[in-house]
Amino acid sequence: MSSAIPLRLYVNGDRYEIAVEPRRTLADALREDCGLTGTHLGCEHGVCGACTVLVDGQPVRSCLMFAVQAEDTSVRTVEGLAPDEERLHPVQQAFWENHGLQCGFCTPGFLVLIAGYLEEHPDAEEAELREVLSSNLCRCTGYQNILTSTMCAARAMRGEP
Amino acid sequence: MTGAEPPTWTGRALPRLEDPAIVRGWGRYVGDIAARDQSCLHARFVRSAVAAGRLISVTAPPGVTLFTAADLAEVKPIRAVLNRPDFVAVDTPILATGMVRFVGEPVGLVIAASEAEAEDALELVDVEIEPLPAVVSAEQALAPGAPLVHAVDYPGDPNTVVDGRIHTEGFDAAFARADRIVEIQVSSARQSAMPLEARAAHAAYDRASGRSTLHVTTQMPHLIRTGIAHSLGLREDDLRVVAPDVGGGFGAKMALAREDVALVWASRRLRRAIAWLETREENFLAAWHSREQVYDITGAFTADGELLALRGDLVCDVGAYSCYPVTWGVEPLMAMAELPGAYRVREYSVRSRAIVTNKCPIAPYRGVSRPVQVLAMERLFDVAAAELGLDRVAIRARNLITQFPHRSPSGLVLDEASHLETLRAATERADLADFRDRQERARAQGRYLGLGIACFAERTGYGTPAFAARSRPIQLGREPAPLITPGYERAVLTMDPSGALTLRIGASPHGQGLRTTLAQLVCDELGLEPGAVRVIASDTDATPYGWGSFASRAMVIAGGASLLAARELAARLRVLAAARLGGLPDDIELAGGQAVRAGEETGVSLATLARDTYLNAHLIPDKGEPALEAVGRYDPSGTFANACHVAEVEVDPLTGQVSVTRFLVAEDAGRLINPAIVDGQIHGGVAQGVANALYEELIYDERGVLVTTSLMDYLPPTIAEMPGIDIVHLDTRSAESITGAKGVGEGGTIGAPAAIANAVSDALAPFGVGVFHLPATPHRVRTAVRTGADIRRTEKGTAS
Repeated sequence: MSSAIPLRLYVNGDRYEIAVEPRRTLADALREDCGLTGTHLGCEHGVCGACTVLVDGQPVRSCLMFAVQAEDTSVRTVEGLAPDEERLHPVQQAFWENHGLQCGFCTPGFLVLIAGYLEEHPDAEEAELREVLSSNLCRCTGYQNILTSTMCAARAMRGEP
Repeated sequence: MTGAEPPTWTGRALPRLEDPAIVRGWGRYVGDIAARDQSCLHARFVRSAVAAGRLISVTAPPGVTLFTAADLAEVKPIRAVLNRPDFVAVDTPILATGMVRFVGEPVGLVIAASEAEAEDALELVDVEIEPLPAVVSAEQALAPGAPLVHAVDYPGDPNTVVDGRIHTEGFDAAFARADRIVEIQVSSARQSAMPLEARAAHAAYDRASGRSTLHVTTQMPHLIRTGIAHSLGLREDDLRVVAPDVGGGFGAKMALAREDVALVWASRRLRRAIAWLETREENFLAAWHSREQVYDITGAFTADGELLALRGDLVCDVGAYSCYPVTWGVEPLMAMAELPGAYRVREYSVRSRAIVTNKCPIAPYRGVSRPVQVLAMERLFDVAAAELGLDRVAIRARNLITQFPHRSPSGLVLDEASHLETLRAATERADLADFRDRQERARAQGRYLGLGIACFAERTGYGTPAFAARSRPIQLGREPAPLITPGYERAVLTMDPSGALTLRIGASPHGQGLRTTLAQLVCDELGLEPGAVRVIASDTDATPYGWGSFASRAMVIAGGASLLAARELAARLRVLAAARLGGLPDDIELAGGQAVRAGEETGVSLATLARDTYLNAHLIPDKGEPALEAVGRYDPSGTFANACHVAEVEVDPLTGQVSVTRFLVAEDAGRLINPAIVDGQIHGGVAQGVANALYEELIYDERGVLVTTSLMDYLPPTIAEMPGIDIVHLDTRSAESITGAKGVGEGGTIGAPAAIANAVSDALAPFGVGVFHLPATPHRVRTAVRTGADIRRTEKGTAS
């Protein structure tokens, strides 16, 4: 690709030196150039939220952001939520325990969205979290267990039983 | 919702074995396989922008790799047929040839080194089509002199490809005896199952073996192999089909895609791996639609509300081609067979038709016709109750089936169910008297609340006999019969020399947690923990032939096959253990990974029995096989789950907005293998029912161009549109399910639209209008309030 632009990204704490066409989306760069396929593409027009990642802590539709716009930023994807291969992030743990996923395709987007929000707003209450969750689409769960999982994760992150 | 944990693994809300990998982002979907294959080529399909026309040419400048129908001349079309006198069979070419029949129909295939380059190449392709008049609604298709979507002989009316009829002997007499005739029309807009993962495939070719491997997001890998091998003239063994993690199906991934056939063909032609990742727009245009149905229903009632006879004229707009394998008969034939549902209908006269149009073909979508069937019956009972001055719970209770087995007028046998009990459970929980008080008070404040009820029977877990009944019997001859009759499932359970268990199934999960629930069933028989059982599915090289997961069948049929395999393996282990420990096989208990003689404390580990069976075969005491393997096969005729849904809504008459404020489900799916998974299926099903009732609608314009091609036009509910769902479980067992479980995958979607339509109609009663067409969008509700006219289908299948 003659028009490829060299690009430096920090993803989940790792440095990636890649080269991308200007039109390459952040989602495609993460999936194909960084090999991080946990970020999914459901619509590629910014509605479904399956591709949500955190860019410098802020939730972003990675299908709507060009990779070059993420130059030198710090990106967090679903692969970067768990502290290690033994433990899960509290949001991941809550989704597992509360049957918060079925096919799992939308799940990475929800996990990243919720983890990012709860880390910034640990005291968020249900109505506020419902508003946040309305950012993303799930076709399997009817959202009931996603809400339950989110509330459970919020309590866990506050250190409540 | 779940009580104390039972002593068995079966019945527990066990967190799913699938989930730890998925929540880490380690799932493997088809797009992930493509993303990690740096060397694969990428495909895009050239699609018709015209609903009906003569295809003149598809050309591209030099340098663009383009394949058209001429290149695929040797490839056989897809043909999905039933053996019925009223059935019209047509070919689906892999790429359109001669004629195009819907917007989005594939007419060419471009291949490039990357997705972006394939998209660029697509822009360079020139498609010349001479437009012809398009038929964009069933009314147009049936009008005198209408253009023919397919130039074939129609045994009956033009553009009519299935025309089923039932007329019971006593119908006319019963009809004549009625005190009151109630006639309604109900209808549903076209919808998309819209799995969040659109279609995707990755076809690879191995020069050494000559084999192709297709990774594809499907619910039925074995059938995909059969269909593609047939079209390409391959031995089935030349093709391996793998469905890795599948991002939702809902029926839309249980049909053979022409795109997948073309992709395997191109991969073999170019001797390269090629990926195809469908865009969301293509998914709306071409990845199957459903449920565009209009039912004219007449009920003949006695003055005290008994339904003496039911007449129906059911019309399904099935689009342009017959989907493989279930055919374009899937909607009308289900509607005809199952319209009476949970109700005792002794006399029945029905005509049910599939009408072809220049629109995207239909395929099953969760519930298939039943959401509209239940809408018809439940609106009929509410209208009849109002006209006869009867209570709407009482009129249902009077007509629900209470004697079992019940033979329906279409010949279905309904086994033991709990229709009356679920109606009572749901309406008691709803507290109708309290609701009436709240409704009164709200009306006094200018707020409009409504409550709606829907009762239904969900036919589930049906095997070969049920599918065979859709066709007349055939004579098997020398040539392969084109008919395909799904049904059975097989499961192969193996204990390896280390004592580990592998269960290989023909069913193919896509989010239902089947690996967990089957492990729960199997491990109880063998005294192991679920983690000891690895379930292998969705790979034609590694699993027995099976039909996949659809029609609320996997837990009943694959579950039954797995249970039988587990029982057989357990019996063999008892024989082997008894030879060592003394006593009879029946005295041996399997628990905690040990085989122990009853009353004794120590025994022999299953791992030891396994090791010696494989590695010291000369010592096998029963002279049996030097292997621990059992095959289960299950092919039941089917059973019926049942449920009652109650919806509460609030309608804003100024904006027309409907909010679903409460949703109750009293459900009887028999034994719950994993209650959390059952509840999850109900939650998700209800969400798709809410979507059907209020939001989702595929709209074509008068030229047959789909105008809802993004998620900003087609509106699946978010959490903001979803109420909390309260579930009550009843448990009626069926002899047609050896696991005790009945299917539960579709029920939520089946009942919710009718419950919500009845609730909105109840809320709008002060305005004298009711809901007879779905979705009841704000525009339609507001118009009804302003004009005083019911919400009915008026658009003739085109945009309003």
